[in-house]
Amino acid sequence: MLYDIKLAIDYEFETPANAGRHLLRMLPRNIDGVQRVLISNVDSQPEPAERLDSLDFFGNQTVSLRLGEPTETESFHMRARVEKLPRAAPVNSGPTLAMLQDELATIHSLEPESPHHFLPQSRLVKTDKAVADWAAPFKNETMPIVEIVSRICSGLHAIMKFDPQSTDVDTPMAEAFRKRRGVCQDFTHIMIAALRSLHIPAGYVSGFLRTIPPKGSERLEGADAMHAWVRAWCGSQTGWVEFDPTNNMRAELDHVIVAYGRDYFDVAPVKGTLRLAGGQASHQSVDMVPLPFPG
Amino acid sequence: MTPANNALNHAEMGAEMADLLSAYNVLPGIADELYDEHGNIRPVWQPFLHHLAGLDADALELVLAQANQYLRDGGVYYRQYQKQTSVEKEWPLSHVPLLIEKAEWDTLATALSERADLLEMMMADFYGENRLVKDGFLPPQVLASNPEWLRPAVGISPRDGHFLHHVAFDIGRGPNGRWWVLGDRTQAPSGAGFALETRMATSRSFSRVMTENNVMRLAGFFRQFRDAVQALSTNGNGRVGILTPGPLNDTYFEHAYIARYLGFPLLQGSDLTVQDGKLHMRTVSGLKPIDVLWRRVDSSWMDPLELDENSFIGTPGILDALREQSFTLVNAVGSGVLETRAMMAFTPRICEHLTGKPLTLPNIATWWCGSEDALEYAIANSARMTFDNAMSTGLPFEHGDNVVIAGKTLDGLEVNADWIRRNGERLAAQEILSLSTSPALVNGRLVARPMSLRVFLARTANGWCVMPGGFARIGHSGASTDISMQRGGAVCDVWVVSDHKEVPDTLLQHSGTGYRRSDLGALPSTAADNLLWLGRYVERAEDQIRLLRAYHLRIAETGSADYPLASNIAGQLELIGADPEEVIPKGLIADIEATLRSAGNVRDRFSIDGWNALVDLLKTAREFRKRVSAGDDASRAYSVLLRKVSGFTGLVHENMYHFMGWRFLSIGRAIERSLAMLRLLGETTRDDAPEGSLDLAIEVGDSVMTHRRRYSVATDRDTVIDLLLLDEMNPRSVHFQFRALHEHASFLPHPEGQRMSEFQVRMTELVTSLATVTAEDITHERLAGLATETGELHDLLSRTYLG
Repeated sequence: MLYDIKLAIDYEFETPANAGRHLLRMLPRNIDGVQRVLISNVDSQPEPAERLDSLDFFGNQTVSLRLGEPTETESFHMRARVEKLPRAAPVNSGPTLAMLQDELATIHSLEPESPHHFLPQSRLVKTDKAVADWAAPFKNETMPIVEIVSRICSGLHAIMKFDPQSTDVDTPMAEAFRKRRGVCQDFTHIMIAALRSLHIPAGYVSGFLRTIPPKGSERLEGADAMHAWVRAWCGSQTGWVEFDPTNNMRAELDHVIVAYGRDYFDVAPVKGTLRLAGGQASHQSVDMVPLPFPG
Repeated sequence: MTPANNALNHAEMGAEMADLLSAYNVLPGIADELYDEHGNIRPVWQPFLHHLAGLDADALELVLAQANQYLRDGGVYYRQYQKQTSVEKEWPLSHVPLLIEKAEWDTLATALSERADLLEMMMADFYGENRLVKDGFLPPQVLASNPEWLRPAVGISPRDGHFLHHVAFDIGRGPNGRWWVLGDRTQAPSGAGFALETRMATSRSFSRVMTENNVMRLAGFFRQFRDAVQALSTNGNGRVGILTPGPLNDTYFEHAYIARYLGFPLLQGSDLTVQDGKLHMRTVSGLKPIDVLWRRVDSSWMDPLELDENSFIGTPGILDALREQSFTLVNAVGSGVLETRAMMAFTPRICEHLTGKPLTLPNIATWWCGSEDALEYAIANSARMTFDNAMSTGLPFEHGDNVVIAGKTLDGLEVNADWIRRNGERLAAQEILSLSTSPALVNGRLVARPMSLRVFLARTANGWCVMPGGFARIGHSGASTDISMQRGGAVCDVWVVSDHKEVPDTLLQHSGTGYRRSDLGALPSTAADNLLWLGRYVERAEDQIRLLRAYHLRIAETGSADYPLASNIAGQLELIGADPEEVIPKGLIADIEATLRSAGNVRDRFSIDGWNALVDLLKTAREFRKRVSAGDDASRAYSVLLRKVSGFTGLVHENMYHFMGWRFLSIGRAIERSLAMLRLLGETTRDDAPEGSLDLAIEVGDSVMTHRRRYSVATDRDTVIDLLLLDEMNPRSVHFQFRALHEHASFLPHPEGQRMSEFQVRMTELVTSLATVTAEDITHERLAGLATETGELHDLLSRTYLG
């Protein structure tokens, strides 16, 4: 599948904002065998005084910007054309939980893809007893790991209600779980916590979801802003498998990946604050449309 | 060694010595610093003990008081954290030093230098190739779950090739007399400055004994470190700054002290900015490049863009500047990873692997419970272990809430082994070490208290330089768990006793090292802002004090506040935030507190005496508030406060170097004094002002005598306006203050490409406007207009210099 993606994030400030510096993570990644970025760029207004493009620890593309003059508006517009590649072979179902632990013990690596980064609690996904108690019944010594993860994904989708009014970007995971409501970020954080409580390495994926679904299917939740889902490590053979708990599905051809991290903290699309005297308003819009074959 | 043994030995001493030692009980199975294992006093202690025993009660009291006086005069404090708040505590000095022979010290110093080299290699690996993990010498989890292993710092290589430049070690002596490393301090070790202050204080008490015993001096260490840090800069001549989290940090005193002592500017994160990959400090003369930064801020607070985004004390983009290798950071970002408790479980094997030999000085035996063998071993031996947070950077005796000591939780319950197994990866077990005891003075006698020692190392061109001394923590009871300062422990000086005379080497005597003197104009913008506010608050307090004194004098004279002039003063008091109903109003205390707060932000920039004068002012005002009554009593109290506030301003004026910082402070005062005078004139020269108002004006304006001499008539509106507004010779007049502002303005930096700054232009206009008028020209409206224009000066200044 070939997609054209547009992301627009716009800010308005009550009073001119000073001396800002930002770190952006909104450009899709190139991932061998998964997705290919044909073209991509970020345009930032006002024109920054400085711009530096690089890669972060997890291999995500970053854009570091410094604003020169005080400004009353600020916007980041990203455009990309990305080809999503179908899997060469079906996902194999992976080892059992116990075998997964044995495999983990043989991995002596802290490379960005190493599962060891994704087991301990992280800044926004702390060990949480309520989530762990909920996840405990999914523990199964004979079931293959992909099946366990898949059931947790469905299980979570069944008990959580998608509700953009109930949480915001700073709502702690535990609160969203208690309310059983939230948006993709909350679904994702909770599922990560559940998987880690069973000792399954799990991370956060930020990205885009196609706006209009294929004919005959329903419109997916989370398509009008940047989306988030989960990747779980299912053993050395199977590797990382991505699940979208908000829509109860595997994240494959409809999902374009921007960044990998342990939780939202590692992948937030815009970081950095301006020196502000007054308030601010922001608006985000996303458009991801498939191009007609062959693109 | 038994108490009976003790008594025997004492019998051979003089009676004074026996008395001094009569309460000193060495516990069985624990090493002692004073007595060797045979119960004999170690030779190194003999001269000091004889000196101490030779002092009678009065002499001893005097000797101890000298050290205490030093600490009080120096305002040495640290911040103690309580549940919600923190308070400044006096430095808890234990007057008896710890004595160590130089030969033993040299062995320690060599071993600790080796350990510092080892830590440097580990650091380079953790943030570089990660071979130690790949080759199985460190489980990946110990880094992956470590909050101090900062992924954004992976791959950053330091400009000068070294990650660590300043480290410290906490060490303690075990029962067999061997030293053990209890903790590696690599993040941003504090205490070197406190060690120096502890030395200064102790030497007040025992200077003669110190000289006679060839106690090694500390100043050389600081000189070497200063030279080494300066040498890290480009051509050895770049600007060096010290980065502090600010006055609320527990060791801010030390940051300010070190900055003053070494002559480097003390900066906060907001003083710094990164542009085009380079680090700059914002100063009143624009951006100035920083070449070396010595951080006293923990790594995760350094850059809110890539590390902790809640950090208000960091500098966005500073990691980018490190990647560009545009400056040197002491120590590298992420160095806290070496401090984590679990790390000690692997250090011994890593040492053998990397250096081919075992650790010369062992560290406290540690097991990371994430590996199964270690876990089961630790559980089987839990009676002699503590289990605590594996990723904590605390010392072995600094416990978390879930600590298990000798198999028991803090509630005294037996711990369940399954709990340990469930939490395996998060726990580290450490062998309980009974620390050696060392003498402390209690009620004139020595008692044995557990001791641990902090030793400081600095990297120089010739390798590690070890401070010959440091400080020792002394427990407040016999138990070795009570050693933490946060829990009432004390700190003593450490004397390394040499067998030959040393050449004195203090920092101040070295002038030949070619230091730049040209940095004086580089006043950081936030420091300028604080100095400006300091000037304003102190003047505001003085204004209140003068007006309050006048108010209470009148109450004293008439016995009542119920007549027009008194109500007029009361109205003015309310205008400036003082409730006349209160004898010493809250508003006054608040202004003095604000003065102290502003001063606290720039403690490295004015003298200790100045600081003490302010502390004393606040203390006195608070005391008065409790007991002073209205009228005569209050007017006397205000005279006292007035003298004290003048004491501070006098010290500043007489002693503060008249450069940029002093100018900003003086500008603040001049603005505030002008505003106060304009208000006073406005209120007292109105047509409907009550009788006696004009006399009030010259009294509060401190110009009664001058008025009498100059006009030899009773006050009238014009003489008062002439004297307090227009007279350029009267330091209380607005004209005089404007001229002062004008002069200060001419010393401030010019904006690039302009001949004069906006502030300078405005001051010229204002001075001219007063130079050409007479008292008859000054209407009530003109006074109000002047007040408005004066009020705008601060903003004008901020826009030009403090942005």
